[in-house]
Amino acid sequence: MTNPSVEALDLSKRYGSFPALTNLNLKLEGAKCVGFLGPNGAGKTTTLKIFTDLIRPSSGQALINGVNVHTEKKKALQSVGALIETPEIYAALTPREALSMIAEIRGVPKDERGKRIEEALHEVAMDDWIDKRVGKFSKGMKQRVDIASALVSDPTVLLLDEPTNGLDPRGMSEVRSIIRSLKNKNRLIFMSSHLLSEVSDVCDEVALIDHGKLIVYDKIANITTKFSGGENTVEVGLNRPTDDSLVGKVSKINGVTAVEKKNNAEIRIRFTGGMEVQESILANLVRMNIGVISYKPAASALEDVYLSLIKDTV
Amino acid sequence: MDKTPTESAYHVPDSLAQVRVTMKYTLLDYFRSRRFFVLLGIALIISLLLTVLVGYYRPPTFLSDSLSFYSSWWGNSTTFVIILGGIFFGGDAISGEFQNKTGYFGIPNPIRRSSIYIGKWLSAFLAATIIFGVFAAITLGNGIYYFGANVPIQFGQSILYAWFYLAAVMGFTFFFSSLFKSTNLSILITAILFLFVFSLVETLVSAFANIEPWFILTYGAGIIGNILQATYPPRSVTTPVGRRFTITTYNATVPEGLAIIGLYFIITTILGLVLFERKEFT
Repeated sequence: MTNPSVEALDLSKRYGSFPALTNLNLKLEGAKCVGFLGPNGAGKTTTLKIFTDLIRPSSGQALINGVNVHTEKKKALQSVGALIETPEIYAALTPREALSMIAEIRGVPKDERGKRIEEALHEVAMDDWIDKRVGKFSKGMKQRVDIASALVSDPTVLLLDEPTNGLDPRGMSEVRSIIRSLKNKNRLIFMSSHLLSEVSDVCDEVALIDHGKLIVYDKIANITTKFSGGENTVEVGLNRPTDDSLVGKVSKINGVTAVEKKNNAEIRIRFTGGMEVQESILANLVRMNIGVISYKPAASALEDVYLSLIKDTV
Repeated sequence: MDKTPTESAYHVPDSLAQVRVTMKYTLLDYFRSRRFFVLLGIALIISLLLTVLVGYYRPPTFLSDSLSFYSSWWGNSTTFVIILGGIFFGGDAISGEFQNKTGYFGIPNPIRRSSIYIGKWLSAFLAATIIFGVFAAITLGNGIYYFGANVPIQFGQSILYAWFYLAAVMGFTFFFSSLFKSTNLSILITAILFLFVFSLVETLVSAFANIEPWFILTYGAGIIGNILQATYPPRSVTTPVGRRFTITTYNATVPEGLAIIGLYFIITTILGLVLFERKEFT
């Protein structure tokens, strides 16, 4: 059985003399969420546009599940749902009709179509607007319908270009929840974003690109370990108030180098080592019975790495 | 249906079926759009004006015989309705995919760009055909009112030529729409070409340079009105202007006119399709 995959082979794109993408080699494989990070103009959207036939590469190949997007587009994109920028839908159509068009193009059978469309629109909380014309929708509402259209045929690969762009804070949070829930359905999600906290929150791995070149691709924890002098940071949410004695106790756990009270119900733990140490610290915290309710790599750790790597390439 | 992680659970339909899907939903969008009703309104206003003016003034050029009636009514105004149909439905059909970003909704799916192009072309052609059909029906209704049901065969031929001309106009507007990413620019240039430039060039090259303007689409479209003349006009007519000058006007024969219309349709449709296939959503 083959895993879903997205692969760039020596992928380059030039606009005149400007190199938007330079010999990108990147292989993503398996069910996971990969964040695609980089500053404006780094080549993130260019890469995703190449993978969706919106533009053609100057050289190299874009493969999805081993199939070249530009020579066998229908086969390559049959199991791909994509959201690139904020697509506009024909203004006079309703979300039901717009999704029906995509479902018909993708071959969703008639007897399943209605159910799939309603499920996809329910997932993005657009049930109440299903039969209203899209032309009157706000940008955020259109973005939700666009996300639903990417999900309507139950794709195994999702290519998302800044999916929370244009959404209000609640919408952003809902979209992140949707992406997290999609991860559990054996999908490969490749998502570009400017928001490091979003990537840190949702993704398992990160590919960092700048000036059209891949800087690094690895698990978030590995990247933060590698580029922060072997130190990592996790944020721990507690359902009990923290005090100095708790900070003292946590500091004594093996591998922990520093503990800091972030607020009354959250502490930040710095530690040396990789994922094994991170796992062992969690096990210790749980044994201490201090009311751990969340445990995740700190977004700021990724931010530090990002800033240091991007600065290095300037 | 079980699927492996790399497979879609669904079988992507063939390109012809995808053309039908694109056509169906683009047509639905047209039928609900303001532009459809505006163009229908224009066709109805032209028809209403002609109905009232002919009914009130009873001009002999219209009412001397049935062929003169169809020639004056249909032959003089149908090409204008056709050109408006092309501009309204074809002018921004492809450029809008770029400027309005509707292309970002359709292209990243397992569908060939050619299927989208052909589906959109067919829906624009059908929408314009409906307007064209309404105008033809009102013309026919007035003709039957004044001259009875004995409709001259030339009117049927003229309708057929006009319909071919509509296909060529639509091919041309789609080609220009593929050239530009700006909807305003594509609509404006198409309108200027059809409403002014083609007629001007046709007049200048034939009248002053004595060259038959076989390369101009509107010249070929002359067969739509000419077929309704009692005697088909001669290939060229030279009229003296003063003592020293002459002006020559040319008339395409029916086979020539059909060839010009057909070539414009084929060439511009293929060129537009190639442009759309190659154009990038940057």
